[in-house]
Amino acid sequence: MKILVCISNVPDTTSKISFTDNNTKFNTSGVQFIIGPYDEYALSRAIEIKEALGGTVTALNVGEADTEPTIRKALAIGADDAIRINAYPKDSFFVASQIAAIAKAENYDMILMGRESIDYNSGVVHGLVGELLGIPSVSPIMKLDIEGGKAVVAREIEGGKEFLEVSLPFVAGCQEPIAEWKIPNMRGIMSARTKPLKVVEPVAIEVTEKLIGYQLPAPKGACKMIDPNTPEKLFDLLKNEAKVL
Amino acid sequence: MAVLVYAEISDGEVKKSSYEAISYAAELAKVTDTTVTAVLMGEASSEALDSLGKYGADKVLHANDSKLNVPLTLPYTSILAAASEKENADIIVLAKSSVTDPIAARLSIKRKAGIVTNVIELPDTSAGFKIKRPIYSGKAFEYIELVSPKKIITVAKNAVPLKEFNKKAQVENFAYTSTDADNKVVLKNVEKATGEILLTEADIVVSGGRGLKGPENWHLVLDLAKELGAATGCSKPVSDLNWRPHHEHVGQTGIKVSPNIYIAIGISGAIQHLAGVNSSKVIVVINKDPEAPFFKAADYGIVGDAFEVVPKLIAAAKALK
Repeated sequence: MKILVCISNVPDTTSKISFTDNNTKFNTSGVQFIIGPYDEYALSRAIEIKEALGGTVTALNVGEADTEPTIRKALAIGADDAIRINAYPKDSFFVASQIAAIAKAENYDMILMGRESIDYNSGVVHGLVGELLGIPSVSPIMKLDIEGGKAVVAREIEGGKEFLEVSLPFVAGCQEPIAEWKIPNMRGIMSARTKPLKVVEPVAIEVTEKLIGYQLPAPKGACKMIDPNTPEKLFDLLKNEAKVL
Repeated sequence: MAVLVYAEISDGEVKKSSYEAISYAAELAKVTDTTVTAVLMGEASSEALDSLGKYGADKVLHANDSKLNVPLTLPYTSILAAASEKENADIIVLAKSSVTDPIAARLSIKRKAGIVTNVIELPDTSAGFKIKRPIYSGKAFEYIELVSPKKIITVAKNAVPLKEFNKKAQVENFAYTSTDADNKVVLKNVEKATGEILLTEADIVVSGGRGLKGPENWHLVLDLAKELGAATGCSKPVSDLNWRPHHEHVGQTGIKVSPNIYIAIGISGAIQHLAGVNSSKVIVVINKDPEAPFFKAADYGIVGDAFEVVPKLIAAAKALK
């Protein structure tokens, strides 16, 4: 199995979000960057499949040089090698086009990633890559096994699950509980330093969207407390004050 | 020219989020001086088909095939692509969900269209096509200009108003021939709860956390939800402990909800949980710990023991009817 895992480099969930340059740039100061949590599920499952069936796991990130610690973490968790496409991941179409350009030349059996990145929450990169390569894409999947040369997956749909059999090669957007997160061990951390990390320049693509700027939401008002002895007052407030009931 | 919109059915009924998408498409069609064509896939009643006009569709293309009753990415994408070509649609609108994400994505490549997801209001078309959308799970907003001639927009659930246009939509059959490419993904089985209110579509969600102490106490959540016509959710620890099924897990790595009212019982409000609920219009928190971080994100709070407070709420909710 030759597996590509696409990882996003995103602010930790607990990060305070702010912007600089007249609200046109994300303020990275004091922000801890991590592998996208959904991508980490994808990476963990890829490593489990490799351990069971043999093969290689390549981690790929579209990002500038500052994303290398995140890529090294993927190597410490168990990816064999990594590719960084040297560009700011400005939008989903841009990122997907870069992934597809690499994948076209490499014939991966499967391309895994998270169902969405936790910064832009778009959830479309897997579908874009699938269509760009002319191969199936499935998302969000919570179970992935290889049986008889095909992938057997469970996909979450609203209020239920679909069980699908997918021909290789394919793209998948993953979510829990597809695998347990793997904690890098000391040997993994040591070997990550010397595993190959190839830097590739981006391909030029058509611009479909332009950023105008960012905005923070208005601060939330104080929470109105209701006496626990008369909780039924809640419905009166929801009806007559908030007007949502 | 037309604005094309995907009408999704579940359990034989058109989803509320699809009606919102149709209303949104109808508003867009007014601005761009064109009409709205809705595409519905799978078997549907004539009432369901007629209801699309009520919310703004001028025309309905119906791919009437029982094989399309469950959402399958590849054939759904092919049908929407063929329909948008037939209707010469420059704009395609879908209600955002984890099911429509991959369809919208593949469609954008097939139609060479720019794509923006999770949109929460109509675009500003005074100069260009400017769109606002939440990012960082609602912790900020992004304004972008979509510059491609063709556009795909996915609309966030419960974010845009549902508007009645009361049009009489003309329904056309839209033939579908499956291709070899579609067969690369074979549906083996579907497990779907019927008769339940979908968590992602519900106006009210009642969620429980570890504060409820065990699955045997879940009647508190279920009964309150039943009286309010609400869907039920839970926190991550609760689904990890198998007190409740994974598809009820609300939060960053679970389901994201955006109801009018979110009621959290015995949930402390970890940031990962908040990431799944902060698009809710009003948040109510019931927790016996006055220091629970969830109160900071709440609109209404009750500091009290769920086992005393919730039964009183259930009785009061009964009296509401």
